[in-house]
Amino acid sequence: MIVELGHFALVLAALVALVQMTVPMIGAARRWPGWMAVAEPAAVTQFLLVGVSFAALTYAFVTSDFSLRLVVLNSHTAKPMLYKVSGVWGNHEGSMLLWVLILAIFGACAAVFGANLRPSLKARVLAVQASISVAFYGFILFTSNPFTRLAQPVPMNGEDLNPLLQDPGLAFHPPFLYLGYVGLSMAFSFAIAALIEGRVDAAWGRWVRPWTLAAWLFLTVGIGLGSWWAYYELGWGGFWFWDPVENASFMPWLLATALLHSAIVVEKREALKSWTILLAIMAFGFSLIGTFLVRSGVITSVHAFANDPERGVFILAILAVFMGGALTLYAARASAMEAKGVFAVVSRESALVANNVLLAVSAFVVFVGTIWPLVAEMAFGRKLSVGAPFFDSAFTPFMIALTALLPIGSMLAWKRASLARTMQPLWGVLVLSLAAGALVWVMQTGGSMLAPVGLTLATWVALGVAVDLWSRTGRGDLLSRLGRLRRLPGADWGKATAHFGLAITFFGIAGLTAWQSEDIRVAQVGETFEHAGYEIELREVREVPGPNYMSTMATMAIHRNGREVSVQHPEKRVYPVAQMPTTEAGIDNGIFRDVYLVIGDPQADGGWAVRTYVKPYANWIWAGCIIMALGGIFSLTDRRYRVAAGARRRRAAAAGVPAE
Amino acid sequence: MKRLATALLLLSSLLFSGPSSAVTPSEVLDDPVLEARAREISKGLRCLVCRNENIDDSNAQLASDLRVLVRERLVAGDNDEEVVDYIVDRYGEYVLLKPTATGANLILWIAGPAMLLIAAAVGVGYVRGRRGAPDVAAEGLSPEEEARLKDLLKE
Repeated sequence: MIVELGHFALVLAALVALVQMTVPMIGAARRWPGWMAVAEPAAVTQFLLVGVSFAALTYAFVTSDFSLRLVVLNSHTAKPMLYKVSGVWGNHEGSMLLWVLILAIFGACAAVFGANLRPSLKARVLAVQASISVAFYGFILFTSNPFTRLAQPVPMNGEDLNPLLQDPGLAFHPPFLYLGYVGLSMAFSFAIAALIEGRVDAAWGRWVRPWTLAAWLFLTVGIGLGSWWAYYELGWGGFWFWDPVENASFMPWLLATALLHSAIVVEKREALKSWTILLAIMAFGFSLIGTFLVRSGVITSVHAFANDPERGVFILAILAVFMGGALTLYAARASAMEAKGVFAVVSRESALVANNVLLAVSAFVVFVGTIWPLVAEMAFGRKLSVGAPFFDSAFTPFMIALTALLPIGSMLAWKRASLARTMQPLWGVLVLSLAAGALVWVMQTGGSMLAPVGLTLATWVALGVAVDLWSRTGRGDLLSRLGRLRRLPGADWGKATAHFGLAITFFGIAGLTAWQSEDIRVAQVGETFEHAGYEIELREVREVPGPNYMSTMATMAIHRNGREVSVQHPEKRVYPVAQMPTTEAGIDNGIFRDVYLVIGDPQADGGWAVRTYVKPYANWIWAGCIIMALGGIFSLTDRRYRVAAGARRRRAAAAGVPAE
Repeated sequence: MKRLATALLLLSSLLFSGPSSAVTPSEVLDDPVLEARAREISKGLRCLVCRNENIDDSNAQLASDLRVLVRERLVAGDNDEEVVDYIVDRYGEYVLLKPTATGANLILWIAGPAMLLIAAAVGVGYVRGRRGAPDVAAEGLSPEEEARLKDLLKE
């Protein structure tokens, strides 16, 4: 009964979205306020209906309702509760339902918090947002209905969720990524609405930025979670594989980062308008391309749980309609977006143009590398691979250039800047960073250049952030400057924090890649061996039953200088229902290094294959991601985005007076 | 759907089953210099039955066979290039994770730098254009906005 209710709610939501797509759009064109006003209640209703639908599916998973095909295929009664819930989106149909739920959440937020939007713009934004929803409702209802019942007698138990997905890191990875992808749909809707209105101004920049910021920070967290999961779960501590599916989330991130920066130029200087619109379209376009790549199975991977050509074609059609329509509209209207602000060649505006060039081209490189195997096979009949070594050499230079320019660019004055004056406080930082890099280079004698370059750039960016913040406090004695530092606007703190996070991630990647070490051996139970200054003792190996798996669990002690540092339990698990093994590494986390232990197979002589890695600065990679996301949050708290809230309160108060 | 699920399981068992993770102790060469070269070469070769994984990280049996093959060639005295050529001859260029810059692949390699040049040229053109443009931002309101302001002030 509850399942049917969920299904019914989904159909109703699709109908409401149809109304929300058409009525306000016509209203905005004809200037009929009543028709425009339909958008708001429609968006809220749509959200409530999808919410009911999603809750119904969750209920089916939580109660293990095996009359539902989806639950049978992806759940099991013995599965821990967390994974029963995450099983809702750990499959194609459910994840698409999550996708429309998030679309509706963003739409409802825009309806509720968008009180300061021009009515016509608001109506159009919500209508465009609803049109995306309609496309995905159609996709779900016609090709991937999560509410399909089984006609057969109800099976006693389910087939379990892919064990790799039964992990806290991956349980929350998809929702965050979707919040990011779908968040970019808001920027897209704003861009299309602005093109239809034929008007982009500073206020538009101010409205579109918080949405982009929110999407960007969710994407950052989502990508970070995915990378952290790969690090501890796949059993050898890699953190990024340039897998097509990873690239699918990374391209929107790069473009969202570019959009974040170019929207500042629109907001502050009313320049770069048409480029910003194009970026907003492309950022969401790449989210759709990502969905297409993952869902269609064009490029196979574990994520591609829907290797189904019919679905692929449907998503391709959605992509073609939205991107084709958007770009046609853009071609017709972009010339109307005249730039207003004037600036010199040396200025913050130019620096942000350089930022956008580097980010957009690096996203393009990732895109070409991702689809090249497909193109090469179809057009040239060559079956080939494009993997990590290609991306490492083709992509890294862009990031090096970006970080090298960052501290200077972020301190240049708007409109007209002097390079000499900007560099004045930065020379010391530059010398210090180069010295740090040189020191590392001398110390490691002949190792890879990655570490010295990475350390130089990370120091340069991190100290540059400090200099930038300090210079914003003006002149005067220490105390008054500290006071002013505290009162700097949220956006300034956000910028500083996010850039600092980037430096931390950059350093983590360089340090880990350059300095990690590894030891592979057969160890007997009771044996102690030495690696990179640590003595590792294999104490015992036993079979331990888990809730829905069997585990071969080792107990290993890590000693340093005769003192016990930690005891770890690396495991090998076998999930009998899914018939799949997974490795659970034993990781002693530290600020400066992780000791990463993996237990392998029993050997003929009674020993065990054991792998020991020492991974310096690994956690800095994800710490940096968290700091970047924090920067996004600080930026969102900037009071100029809340001026709207104040205006609404005032209006509410004014409206309240006559009633009394 | 059932078939799909089975296929998926099969695929994942190909990916994640297998003896232990990646390089096993029995494969490791005694000569540390040769072993280091073998590891470096392995990182550039794709495990043919896996998704985007190199043979050094992969758990699949085929990857293990390839690792042993690489080591055999190294022990036989091949240089790094010869080892890679040997593998490519047998398995095709699909095994190379870093495609060669030959023929159509030149497009792949040149796409990035070429796009950077184009984007930089457009960017520089835009910035130089902005330098000389009349500053409209300083000009006040449009006639439409003017009218609306008057309306508001009247209220």
